[in-house]
Amino acid sequence: MNKEWPIWEIFIRSKNGLEHRHCGSLHAADEEMAIQNARDVYTRRQEGVSIWVVESKHITASNPEKNGEMFEPAADKVYRHPTFYELPDEIKHM
Amino acid sequence: MENKTLSLEDQFQNRIDSGENIEAKDWMPEKYRKTHIRQISQHAHSEVVGMLPEGNWISRAPSLRRKVALLAKVQDEAGHGLYLYSAAETLGISREELNEQLNSGRAKYSSIFNYPTVSWADMGAVGWLVDGAAIINQVMLTKTSYGPYARAMVRICKEESFHQRQGYEIMLSLCNGTEAQKAMSQDALNRWWWPSMMMFGPRDEESPNTEQSMKWKIKKKTNDELRQQFVDQTVPQVEILGLTVPDKDLKWNDETGHYDFGTIDWDEFWDVVKGNGLMNEKRLKDRNEAWDEGKWVRDGASAYADKQAEKRAKKTA
Repeated sequence: MNKEWPIWEIFIRSKNGLEHRHCGSLHAADEEMAIQNARDVYTRRQEGVSIWVVESKHITASNPEKNGEMFEPAADKVYRHPTFYELPDEIKHM
Repeated sequence: MENKTLSLEDQFQNRIDSGENIEAKDWMPEKYRKTHIRQISQHAHSEVVGMLPEGNWISRAPSLRRKVALLAKVQDEAGHGLYLYSAAETLGISREELNEQLNSGRAKYSSIFNYPTVSWADMGAVGWLVDGAAIINQVMLTKTSYGPYARAMVRICKEESFHQRQGYEIMLSLCNGTEAQKAMSQDALNRWWWPSMMMFGPRDEESPNTEQSMKWKIKKKTNDELRQQFVDQTVPQVEILGLTVPDKDLKWNDETGHYDFGTIDWDEFWDVVKGNGLMNEKRLKDRNEAWDEGKWVRDGASAYADKQAEKRAKKTA
């Protein structure tokens, strides 16, 4: 092979009403072929009703080494959860 | 510097010990990365080469029902190879390198595929025993520490159970058929039993990588544990078929609650691993031919993609 086909990330909506979810990646020469290959590789058993493909190089990812400053600030904010607030037992649904 | 590396490895081990998965962009020891590249790519190659002994029988399947099943199974194996290659690529090796390693004969794949499939009953025995053994290994691997590998395994396991069931159904039909058909399935069992037992790899005391693999949770059970599980679950299935396991030492052990079994011919195992199996050469030759003969398709797709891109560029210019 003279030049390697780019990698595409594949997102599948399993049925209407649900979101597209990342399910894996594959190589293809262009976006049309990426969709066709995704159909054959990821939906052989009716796993999807819609496919998104995006070339991997277009995805920007957060850096796991910076997970501390990125995600820890949310850790001490328990007041964002309903269970933080105390209610009398008589109140059943709130 | 030395201290920092040590502490990174300790941190890594702590993450593994606490049951966290490792993801592609996370820091990992170089040996963890290399071990995974080797193991995942060998697994992918096995799926790809595994298509060859079965592809051999698609055009000779005895009924349409059997033919569509075999076709779907082989297609799944191509898919499984692709899931696994993608997982390997997250560790920084290219598909081109992976292909080259397989086609040049430098990479290993499961030795089981270096045995010939000489009768239709072999399609039954392969689906039932070979896929059965593979499933035991793969179910364990759904819990492996490296996220992309574990996810590929979940997908594969979901698809794989039909492979084993269709194989067993083939055996069952033959065993309920004529004397000659039953003899054919016994012959297939005789030839596939021991190679299937070997699929779990060398005995624990001969398997130097096991300790590290368990520590990193690449494996959660040892080769011998998995092999015992295979025997225990398969022997009752043999009895339902009315066939005989080709092992005179096989017997139920009340004390251990497991079957005892005879000694595996490890000389044969290592001989096939080293490339002296009946089909090693043929598999590699077929694989290379398939790759070479597909070149014009790959070139055509590349040329078409380039042309479309050019057209689009002109339009927007």
